[in-house]
Amino acid sequence: MQAARGKPAVRLSSDEVIFWQSGVFKLNATIVYTWGLMLTLTVGSMLVTRRLSLGLHRSRWQNLLEIVTTGIESQIADVGLRRPRKYLGFLGTLFLFVATANLFTIIPGYDPPTGSLSTTAALALSVFVAVPLYGIADQGLLRYLKTYAEPTIIMLPFNIISELSRTLALAVRLFGNMMSGSMILAILLTVTPFIFPIVMSALGLLTGMVQAYIFSMLAAVYIAAATSDRESPSGASDEA
Amino acid sequence: MDSATLIAIASIVTAGLTIALGSIGPALGEGRAVATALSSLAQQPDAATTITRTLFVGLAMIESIAIYCFVVSMILIFANPFWTHVIAEAPGK
Repeated sequence: MQAARGKPAVRLSSDEVIFWQSGVFKLNATIVYTWGLMLTLTVGSMLVTRRLSLGLHRSRWQNLLEIVTTGIESQIADVGLRRPRKYLGFLGTLFLFVATANLFTIIPGYDPPTGSLSTTAALALSVFVAVPLYGIADQGLLRYLKTYAEPTIIMLPFNIISELSRTLALAVRLFGNMMSGSMILAILLTVTPFIFPIVMSALGLLTGMVQAYIFSMLAAVYIAAATSDRESPSGASDEA
Repeated sequence: MDSATLIAIASIVTAGLTIALGSIGPALGEGRAVATALSSLAQQPDAATTITRTLFVGLAMIESIAIYCFVVSMILIFANPFWTHVIAEAPGK
């Protein structure tokens, strides 16, 4: 419990570590680490893609990026989206951001920004906004709104509630997994010799990768559900 | 027993009970999921990638229930609004 001195022994989230503050604007650890991640991803990709080669001789970094990109694309196609390139930007960014955020926990002194409810809520909100956008872009406004009333109009409030609750579930799932991983590590470091926290850290890495995959795949499934009512009753599909 | 003690007792006991009871269900569910996945892997080894991927997705969904319970118990221990309210009032007493 929080002692009378007012500071908890174990931090609940990296939101509370403030690097710089002026008035209302606070620069906390979450934001700084997020910026660091953005910088790493962007500059890294720029450096790798400066000289792309189409032939058989390519740099190993280009190979790595190609493996990752084609892997994500095939996973998106597996979920049921017929043109994975359209969604590759959004879903691939989700996966890469969450995966690198969780992967860099190997670096000492780093706190994953996904261990803070603000980051995961922001990611879940972006999925919440993206799903109707893709659905409307695919089907048109009226047909998309009509899917909320399927199979009957009685289901309308339940469909809306399910939209909201799965957004909340996305945020809390990622937050809970990341926060619990770092918290268990912090607590273990105070009580046990070094070998046990290393094992827990490896487990934390594994769950981090799985959670990144889960997050992007769930977003893909929601988008597929919002866009898949495209086939007309005669069975002809409008997809080119 | 004043209210501060009562709040402390209630929070601690509830936090322990939440995570204890809340992890029973997901653990059983995950055990059944893995058992079924293993038997279907034995029956159809060439569908191994699909089965494994679906297994991991299903496990993550089941796990999130336990995560919700864990989050509640963490809030009760570390970010308890009732406790902070009581502590804030304590110096005045």
